[in-house]
Amino acid sequence: MAKITLSNLRHSYMPNPSGPGDYALKEINLDWRDGGAYALLGPSGCGKSTLLNIISGLLVPSEGRILFDDKDVTDLPPNQRNIAQVFQFPVIYDTMTVRDNLAFPLRNRGVDEARIAARVSEIARMLEVENMLDIKASHLSPDNKQKISMGRGLVRDDVNVVMFDEPLTVIDPHLKWKLRSKLKELHQRVKATMIYVTHDQTEALTFADQVVVMQDGEVVQIGTPVELFERPQHTFVGHFIGSPGMNVLPVQERAGGAMFQGEQIVLEGETIGEGGLTQVGIRPEFVSLAETGLPARVQKVSDVGRHAVVEAMVGDTAVKAIVEGAVPEQGAAVHLAFRPDQTRLYRDGWISTEARA
Amino acid sequence: MKTENQKAWLFVLPVLALVAFNALVPIMTVVNYSVQETFGNNVFFWQGLDWFEQILRSDRFQAALGRQFLFTFLILIIEVPLGIIIALSMPRKGMWVPVCLVLMALPMLIPWNVVGAMWNIFTLPKIGLVGYFLNDVLGIAYDMTQNPFAAWVTIIVMDVWHWTSLVVLLSYAGLVSIPDAYYQAAKIDGASPWKVFRYIQLPKMKTVLTIAILLRFMDSFNIYTEPFVLTGGGPGNSTTLLSIDLVKIALGQFDLGPAAAMSLIYFAITLLVSWLFYTLMTKDDAQ
Repeated sequence: MAKITLSNLRHSYMPNPSGPGDYALKEINLDWRDGGAYALLGPSGCGKSTLLNIISGLLVPSEGRILFDDKDVTDLPPNQRNIAQVFQFPVIYDTMTVRDNLAFPLRNRGVDEARIAARVSEIARMLEVENMLDIKASHLSPDNKQKISMGRGLVRDDVNVVMFDEPLTVIDPHLKWKLRSKLKELHQRVKATMIYVTHDQTEALTFADQVVVMQDGEVVQIGTPVELFERPQHTFVGHFIGSPGMNVLPVQERAGGAMFQGEQIVLEGETIGEGGLTQVGIRPEFVSLAETGLPARVQKVSDVGRHAVVEAMVGDTAVKAIVEGAVPEQGAAVHLAFRPDQTRLYRDGWISTEARA
Repeated sequence: MKTENQKAWLFVLPVLALVAFNALVPIMTVVNYSVQETFGNNVFFWQGLDWFEQILRSDRFQAALGRQFLFTFLILIIEVPLGIIIALSMPRKGMWVPVCLVLMALPMLIPWNVVGAMWNIFTLPKIGLVGYFLNDVLGIAYDMTQNPFAAWVTIIVMDVWHWTSLVVLLSYAGLVSIPDAYYQAAKIDGASPWKVFRYIQLPKMKTVLTIAILLRFMDSFNIYTEPFVLTGGGPGNSTTLLSIDLVKIALGQFDLGPAAAMSLIYFAITLLVSWLFYTLMTKDDAQ
């Protein structure tokens, strides 16, 4: 178990990067607490796997340092970093039994057999694979194979960090949920620092205490799932997290307020800075149909079960609202109300209103 | 009710006819010869299994069979490990991949009799490049036309040159299909290079290697053209492999009966060993 510090980390896959566009990772500074459960969340190609490979040592960063418990490990190869990694596709040693698979990382490190046997049976109990120990690993189903690859990561009790690189990609949907809760449970039991990489917000939000949202090689926001949902620091976070994502509406800034399609919008607090591209962000959850407010015309209504998503046109801009109970007809004229304490101004994508005290 | 439709036979029929004419009919002719004696004029006398007994008991056959097994054994024991080693050391990506692949494929593209002729000229003691170099530059006495050992070394080296590529290309195909994650996981698990080979690369190559060994077994066990052109079975009978001996009996002496019996025995051995090997190699997968 270890605290992980990333300091001024940058990485480019090109030998001589000239501009910021050449970097797959742009300037990352992070501190990860010992024993925490973290998720790296972002769309494909945002640099999360690059970051993961740098932490595991499969990739050496172009610039910056990585510290485990304040010890510099930047130049150490993976096997000397004491880390474990679970990959997107289950990696198992086909010709070995499940037991030998679990014992493999320990045998390679010369641990004595009695200790290996104890650790293997402990991990097998945790993963609930005790009845498969003597089966050849190639005969397992994909979800059990993935369990075994997790087990190989957890079997060493001295690992600094266990990393998961989209580990549920090949798992059937109904088993995903099971494995995900198993992982959460394992984290609470083994208390290892865990980093979980995914592009699936549900996986990230259910697994992690802290989610790191990345876009284009940059960390956009770090926060608890609640923070990410309630106060996105960037329109990308607002849009990426949530279903449907946050409404991002183009506005003109006017004397401390915002004008949207000719109507005044009340913001959560004072605005900061000036100029730039201004947008208002509000989650569909906080938009409601009202007697008065922004006049709009209903464009589309989708019933998603628990509630309905109403898409209404205000002028030429679509605004989504989550409505419970009775929904208006398509084409109906309605009025939309924004909850002021959840309405924020974004300047060039970044939040620029002060939170109400 | 499902109606029985026999029209599918029409699709199979052409293949059936083709197989009949190019395999079944010729083989049955051989079977026919193997149980009869003829003195020409299309007059045949029933012989029973006499030819088979005579062939199996003959010293000549046993010696040729022994040489054949020795040859195939040496070929497999050299070409398979060598092929794997070359495949392992080939680059997995980059501009050198196509270069290596083409270089590897080249020997296999040369017709067999050309290979024999090439190596014959190449290794002739006085005029061949190798023959001259060994004898007159290095001072090593080498004459594959006189010395049985030299003749054996020459046909083995020739076959290694000609066919190791097959093992290389098949192994390489198996190797490049291994996802990077396996190597990364092995690194993280602290596996040594030998363990990476033993538990990742070898199992992933197993299927293609089975095919490679099978093909190399069958081809080397049935080899005829190259040693025939290179040494003609000599010096003496020292490189007279089974197929060369068979052709001598069938077309040289025109002993059709014994030759037919020998063909069938030859065929049965090839089939039996191939079947045994394949069954053993794929036994685990079936369970």
